[in-house]
Amino acid sequence: METFLEEVNEKIGGVPIQRCYHCRKCTAGCPLSFAMEYNPNRIIKMIQMDKRDEVLKSSTIWLCVSCETCITRCPNEVDIARLMDTLRQMTIESGIGAREKNILKFHEAFLSNIKLWGRINEPLMMAQYKLKSGDLFSDMAMGIDMFKKGKLPLLPPRTKDIKTVKRIFEKTKRS
Amino acid sequence: MKVSYYPGCSLHGTAKEYDQSVKAVSSALGIELKEVYDWSCCGATSAHSTNFKLSIALPAVTLFAAEKDAADVSEMMVPCAACFNRLKTAQYHLKKDGALKAEVESIIGRGDYRGSIAVRNPIDIIYNDIGLEALRGKVTRKLTGLKPVSYYGCLLLRPPEICEFDDYENPIMLDEIMASLGAESHSWSYKTDCCGGSLTISKTNIVTRMVNKLMTMAREADANCLVVACPICMANLDMRASENVRLPAFYFTELIALALGLSGPESWFKLHHCDPVPLLSVLGLL
Repeated sequence: METFLEEVNEKIGGVPIQRCYHCRKCTAGCPLSFAMEYNPNRIIKMIQMDKRDEVLKSSTIWLCVSCETCITRCPNEVDIARLMDTLRQMTIESGIGAREKNILKFHEAFLSNIKLWGRINEPLMMAQYKLKSGDLFSDMAMGIDMFKKGKLPLLPPRTKDIKTVKRIFEKTKRS
Repeated sequence: MKVSYYPGCSLHGTAKEYDQSVKAVSSALGIELKEVYDWSCCGATSAHSTNFKLSIALPAVTLFAAEKDAADVSEMMVPCAACFNRLKTAQYHLKKDGALKAEVESIIGRGDYRGSIAVRNPIDIIYNDIGLEALRGKVTRKLTGLKPVSYYGCLLLRPPEICEFDDYENPIMLDEIMASLGAESHSWSYKTDCCGGSLTISKTNIVTRMVNKLMTMAREADANCLVVACPICMANLDMRASENVRLPAFYFTELIALALGLSGPESWFKLHHCDPVPLLSVLGLL
């Protein structure tokens, strides 16, 4: 049976992560490590130790914002940013719930907005996120302030050729 | 020079002062912008976080459209650092992976993508194509007393083999542009640190902690403002920093327009959450 390490390496399709010699440069530079339960280096170690569940159920993979500091500084070119994308995608595909539910709900609201109009309409996207997350009242004052400044157009901007955008979503469903 | 122009979604919404100032500055510097016909969203963080192929195919729509509708241009100006990063990333993978390119072409229904249009941020175009000498020559009001720290953030620079922008640990283009406007650009160690990006909505407390650190370090460097080239960095610095540490932030094009005496800055500054007018008034720049 394929190990978690083999599965991950296959999906990343780049430098195998066992090339990591645990210098922890990725973690020293990671701007989000303070908020993570497992730091980026620890995630690599856990994959090598076949801790599939713990990794996919961790908050770390959702808190990574893809600033790409880790891959830029890694002496062995282990693409940790791509690894985090891959781990998020594996979590979604395997039906394991995202540990950071609202982060995934934000991504879903964002993408469904693109699917509808081809472009992001910020107020409608925010409304979708709020309904999905149940976080209805945060940022209300800021929203009103931005509306007054004319930064939140109510009419959604549209891409004319929305068919192509919808086809992209349809055809890329399975990665 | 004539370039293709991709504003992206933010520049038509929360970052409209960036769009307007880019257009004003481009016109003053002789850069003709031709907006990409019927562009669509690049997919941003949400696409690449959840689906790799989607994250390549969405920006490919714009790359293909720009190539098709502008036979006479070889460059596309992309002011938003996040769009810039996604377009560069898509271009990188389409050039490298023939099978992926063929699949994306078949999904979009347009073949023969050549990758002939270079994706560039206006910092790079102004610094390298227009040049600091020409910029300096057009300054009518030196930004004396303004002490910005340049904040490049993540997405213009990393990963360097994709972004092909500036020195990825110590970029200097924006600092030198500021200096050529007469501002006293201050050096600091947080030029390329992260603002927390898209976590701003779902994890606001984390972003506040990150931008407060940036503000504190900007103050430590004796700066009186920050200058940026990214709508997400701007939104986070402008709206998420705590009142006791925050400093005004500017899009770099707003400051170029101010120094060149163009009309617009007063109306753009009204759109900021953290009002920069008191600082500029004290310095006699408004």
